[in-house]
Order: sequence, then C-alpha cells, then structure tokens
Amino acid sequence: MRAVPLFCWLVVTSLLLAACGGGGEDERSSFPVEISPEVRDDGTTVFRRGNGAEPGTLDPHQARGVPAANILRDLYEGLVSISPTGEVEPGNAADWTISDDKLTYIFELRADARWSNGEPVTAQDYVYGLRRAVDPATASPYAQLHTPIEHAAAIIDGDRPPDSLGVRAVDDHRLEITLAEPTPYFLGTLAHPSSFPVYAPAVEAHGDAFTQPGNAVTNGAYTMDAWRVNSRISLVRNDAYWDDADTAIDRVEYYPIVDANSELSRYQAGELDWASMIPPSRLDAAREHIPDQLQIEPTLGVYYYGLNVRRAPFKDAPELRQALSMAIDREVIVDKITRGGEIPAYGWIPPAVDGYEGARFEWADLPADEREARARALYREAGYSEDEPLQVEIRYNSNEANKKIASVIQAMWRSVLGAEVELRNEEWKVFLDAVRSGRDTEAYRLAWIGDYDDPNTFFELMNSDFGLNGTGYASDAYDRLQEKQAHMPDGAERDEVMHAAEARLLADSPVIPIYFYTSKYLVKPYVTGFEGNPLDIYYSKDLAIEP
Amino acid sequence: MLGYTLRRLAGAVPTLFILLTLAFVMMRAAPGGPFDGDRELPPQVRANLEAKYHLDESLYVQYGRYLWDVARFDFGPSFQYRDVSVNDLIASGFPVSATLGAASLAFALILGVPLGMAAALRQNGAVDYTAMTAAMLGISIPNFVLAPLMILVFAVYNDWLPAGGLGGWQHYVMPVIALGTAMMAYVARLARASMIEVMRSNHVRTARAKGLSAARVVWVHALPAALTPIVSFLGPAAAGIITGSVVIETIFGIPGLGQFFVSGALNRDYTLVMGVVLFYGILIVGFNLLVDLLYGWLDPRVAYR
Repeated sequence: MRAVPLFCWLVVTSLLLAACGGGGEDERSSFPVEISPEVRDDGTTVFRRGNGAEPGTLDPHQARGVPAANILRDLYEGLVSISPTGEVEPGNAADWTISDDKLTYIFELRADARWSNGEPVTAQDYVYGLRRAVDPATASPYAQLHTPIEHAAAIIDGDRPPDSLGVRAVDDHRLEITLAEPTPYFLGTLAHPSSFPVYAPAVEAHGDAFTQPGNAVTNGAYTMDAWRVNSRISLVRNDAYWDDADTAIDRVEYYPIVDANSELSRYQAGELDWASMIPPSRLDAAREHIPDQLQIEPTLGVYYYGLNVRRAPFKDAPELRQALSMAIDREVIVDKITRGGEIPAYGWIPPAVDGYEGARFEWADLPADEREARARALYREAGYSEDEPLQVEIRYNSNEANKKIASVIQAMWRSVLGAEVELRNEEWKVFLDAVRSGRDTEAYRLAWIGDYDDPNTFFELMNSDFGLNGTGYASDAYDRLQEKQAHMPDGAERDEVMHAAEARLLADSPVIPIYFYTSKYLVKPYVTGFEGNPLDIYYSKDLAIEP
Repeated sequence: MLGYTLRRLAGAVPTLFILLTLAFVMMRAAPGGPFDGDRELPPQVRANLEAKYHLDESLYVQYGRYLWDVARFDFGPSFQYRDVSVNDLIASGFPVSATLGAASLAFALILGVPLGMAAALRQNGAVDYTAMTAAMLGISIPNFVLAPLMILVFAVYNDWLPAGGLGGWQHYVMPVIALGTAMMAYVARLARASMIEVMRSNHVRTARAKGLSAARVVWVHALPAALTPIVSFLGPAAAGIITGSVVIETIFGIPGLGQFFVSGALNRDYTLVMGVVLFYGILIVGFNLLVDLLYGWLDPRVAYR
C-alpha cells in the first residue's frame, strides 16, 4: 500500500524532470523552438508578433506606449519613416527642402500616396492631423513633441486656436511647416505616431470608434482587420499603399502578452514568429541554444536613480550625491542582474544616440579600490562617518529586476560607505505619485526612453520646467545650456554645448545613471529583413517570411 | 419558494450597493490617477481629459452620476481602453471567462465526486490512498506552478496542445485543468468525508436493512445526502474560480474578465474596475442563491421561509 503514494511521486517527479529538460543529453531538446512559419493554403503569409501590453487606443494622437506605437507604424505613415537601420528616410513625403534659416520645411507628398479606401493622401490631411495632435481637446499625451512647430506651445496651453499652428497646405501635395526656432531633431519627430495623419471623414463620422475595424481608414502598409481586446489585433495588407509592391508580408497579427515566460512558451511552441521580451533567467540558455534567433541591440534608454534635491539628505549636498554615484559598481549590475548586454552608464546620454559622443564621469575608468576610496572621501566631506552614517531610503516600483538592483545598490552603499539604506517598493501609480510630489522621496529609481534619436530628448528631461521633475533639480546654468543646444544646427559647436550641459549635470548629480537599455527580441530564422536599430522601431513592411 | 427567491433577490440590492460604494471609495482613495504616467501631461491637456471623464466634478456628484448610469446598466467609458465602453469589454470578456469557469467546475465535479465516492466506499484501501494522495497533490500544487509546467510538457516539448491564446476547444484544455485541479481535489476530499459519514447514518442503514442492492443504496439513498456539503462548497468555489482565473488568463493569454480586473486596478481605470466588481458581485450573489435552492432539492429537511 505504501507503493501507491510512491507511484504518485514518480509521476510528478517525471513530469518535473521532463519539464526541466532532463539531464541535457540531447542539446536541442533543452531549448526546443518550433520553426513553423504560418503560410496559408492560398499563399498568404502571416507574421505573428508578440507585443507586450494591450494598447489602450489605436488613435495615433492619443496612444501611448511602445505596443501601440508598433501597431500604429504598420497602420499609418508619417511624412518621414525610419529605415531598418534607424535613419530618417522618406515616408509619405518623397522629398523635402529646408530653408536657409532652418525655419521653413516644405514637404512634397508622393502623388501615389493613398488611404486604404483609395482616396489620395493630401497636404490637408497632414494639416488636420498635426492640428489635432496639438489641440488640447484631443488631449494627446505627446502634444509636447510638437513644440518646435510655430505656436504649438501656445495652442497646447490653450492660449491660441489650433488653426494658428505653423502648418499650411501650399497645394494638395505640398505641405509647409514653419518652426518657432531652428530644431536639429525636428525631422525625427515626424516619424513619431503622434505626427501621423488621420482620415478626417472617419474621425468625424465615428468619433472615438474611428480606430475600430470597419471604421479605420489608414495610409500605411497595413489596415485594420480585427481587434479582440487582450487576444489579438489583426492587420491586413493595404492594397492602396504606395509601396505595396515591395511589401512582403500579407497579414500581421499582434498578440498582447504581458508575461515574458508565457510569451517565450508561445514562441517556442511555434505560435509566435517574434517575441518582444525574454525573461532574464532564460537569456543565457537562449544565447547558448538559439544565438541566431536572439537579437540584442543598444537602444535609447537610461535606467537611473533620481535623488530628491528638495529635501535632506540630498539638498545642497553635491558631494554626497557624487559619492553615492561613485560607490555603485555598474558592471556588477549589468553582468549579474540584467544580463542582456546592457551598457554600464557613466554619462547621461546613451551611446546609441546618433552622432554624439557623450561626456563621462572622470572616475569611470578608475580601478574599483581607487573609485571606492574617492567615494569614501567625498562621503566624509559631506559630513558623514562611521559614527554618523547616512540614513537613506531607496524607493522603486514593485518589479523583480528593480528589487534586485535596489538590493545590490543597498549592499554597495553599505559596504563602500557604511550608509544605512532602507528599501521601499510601491505599486507603479502610487510610486509615480510620490515621485511627482517629492514630499517624502529620497532616492528613487526611474527610467527614460527617448522619443527620437537626438540627445535633446534626454537633456530636456532634466530642465527645471520639464513635466515630471522628480528630483526637483533646478539649475539656471543647465537650463540655459539645454535650451541653447536644442536650437543649434548639428555640428562641433552644438557638440560643445551639449558636452557642457552633460558635464554640468554629471557634476551636480541629481541623477545617478545606472545602465543604458538594450532591446531584446527573439526572431525566427525564416523572418528576414531584420536589422537592429537603436530606435527600437521595426515596421512589419520591411520584414519578410521566407519558409 | 418563489417568495423566498424574490426576497433573496431584493436583499441582494443593498449588498451590491454597499459593494459598489466600497469599490468607488477605495479606487478613489488609491494614490495616482488614470492619467498619470512617467510623462507629465500638459496642464491644459490634463484638464480636458478630466473634464471629459467628469473627474473635475466633486466626488459626490461623480458618485451620483455613476449610480444613475449603473441603474440604467451603463458602466461608462473605460479610461484605459479609450475606444470602447466598459459594457463592451464585459460583453467580450464574460463569455470567455464563463466558458472557462463552467468547464473547470464541471471538470472538478465530474472527476472529484466519483473519486471521493470511490475512496469512501473502499476506505483505507489502495483506491482510497491513491485518490487522497492525488487530491493532496492537487491542493498543494498552486495553479501558477501547474500551468507553466503543463505548457512546457504539452506545448513546448511536445506539440500536443497550444501554449496559449484563444481558438478551438484545445485552447481550453490546459487552462481548465490548471483552474479546476485544486477544486477537483477539494471536492474529492469533501465527497469522501461526507460519503463516509452518510454511509454510517440511520437512513442508509435502514435502506440496507430493507435488503436493497448495494448500488441502489449508494446512488439513490447515500449520494444525494452526501452531495450537500459539496453543493455548499460551490458558492466559495465560484469565487475561487473568479479570483483564480486572473492568474490562469494571464499565463495562457486568455481574454477573459480577470485580466480587465487586474489591469483596470493597476491603471486606475475607475469605471472598468467598478463595472467588473459589480458584475462579479452579481455573479456571486446569484450563485449563492442557486446553491441555497439546490439544497432544498437535495435534502428534504431544508425548508424555505
């Protein structure tokens, strides 16, 4: 009779063993991936793309977040697009000219650019779209991206009517955009979904529901086919698209999957061609068994610790802030915790940003013991010692990776400086509320992902006037440098000002950059045309499925 | 019995009202709002959004407006899914959740009751030990462990079942097992205990004394009485399915109501959370009433007053 429970245990343990991949005798079976492209009987190719969270809306002017942007870039096309390698390239506009004073842009729309219902895409459509994007009534979360355009800032604040925006249709196929000040990164902002045109008759006829299948009229390579919330968003090829002849994939299916392990299982089981997340614990196995499917690229994002300079202990204490920054061994964090090829951050601007060599902490290349000795010296200079240690709280939003990083930093601050560090985690919205108010935060973790490929999207964040200023950092010197570089033409002079701004920021240390992000994808070998780019932008039209 | 049903239904209204009020107060008391993100909205944009969703009004006015809408079965627009209403979301998620829940319940009862009966009739025998060990395992292994394990074995290592998503009946097999196993195990244990007790009761002894066949004694005289505790377990079981389905839906990527509940709460989607809370409330109240009515049918000693 004792044999019976034993039998049950055998069943369970064998199940567990089978799941864990057994002894690993067969190399392939320990990380099986089914290679099975979906090609239907009539030859239709289907691209099945894992896409993170369910998008809240597919209105280009109201959407936020990466998942919605991925879908919107397949559905709509802006004046410019981003090439597979990350450069600005012509989109719906075939060409453009920029005036000598860098204030007036004239875009020549393609004569064959069409909406999915066959109507031509006109300059008026872009005027309508950009006005809608800055109109406070639309309540676009990215309205501020358009502030380079003349009067946009005043319109967003409700001080001017939307039709005063510096955007004008010269004729059906020529669009003139006037800027308030020269802006070197302006073209890049036009590839962002909030710069996309929308089809005015559809918006007027259906209101909020103009995004739904059946109502949606789009000008990109694909158009809406079906949308089942939390299950799947299906797009079909838009026959009216000007470059339809060069579009390879017939259908794109976006799967909202928030759990990285679930996404990986579905990828392995042959249900996805593209996975947008990889659990950190599986990265090493993926590197070993499917290196050709793992795509890791540095991107425009920085993971940082903010220090609230409005309150003790960080108020008027640059030495202390520098000491804490110096005491963190960033290599340990990227090698042992994140493990996805992230780059240790010794500056504020990610190296993936095009054409800018960032400033670096001058201590970045010191050996560990010297770096730590200097950190201790600064710590003592700030008035702390073994008898009077710093007491500080690290706050982060509840998440496994954040927790691990916070624990490691806690240990580093404790062992290098002798600081007493408490950890506190909060749910995302509660956390944001605390960071925003700054009433009781001390050190907190946050991240910033750039909106376009220019250092300004990172510099802007630390301007005292910028939206979410959790550190309370307000430096006139920094603000002046930031505003100056934003309107200078690219070149050595701008580089110099940017360097000065970054150096100022690093010296003041209201933020401690920890690492720069990488994007991590799993892409099946039969999906061709993938080229990594730092913008983390991948149009389905540039890919193909070759069984 | 009709009078009893009507009285119970009338009694549910204040319960649901209190539930809704609590949900309203708790959602509003949580720090952070639906429009907070790591990007600050321009003040004019925020003001417009708040006006659109009536968040600029006083809480009393908002509460009154919401109650009036709910009384007309309009749960309002979702904050998070801008393009659809809460009614649409519930209408799309409920059939999926209901299918999953009903199938899990059926799985639990169809397997659990016979398992428990078999164990009881051969108490302390091999069948009993096997069944009860299996039941203990079923209760002990949490569904968030069982589910990924099954996915690995049946979808990744072997191509027998889909790893997730929604499609044909195959997509329901693993979720139903994951959601129903613990309940099945619990039902089996309940059925065993109650069967053992009933088999020793006077009416079963009488039935035996009359010389009825063993099968007739078990199926006609013992089983209905033994089912009473299982029926009373169905109320909490329904609640368990609802809370358990959140995990299962996330793991298997099933577009049911559970995901709306969680993502709604995390995103401070006030209308969506309250809509789902109220909907769940109605379901649970309804289920409990059904259970109470079933009692009377199974056990002649129960009278409705």
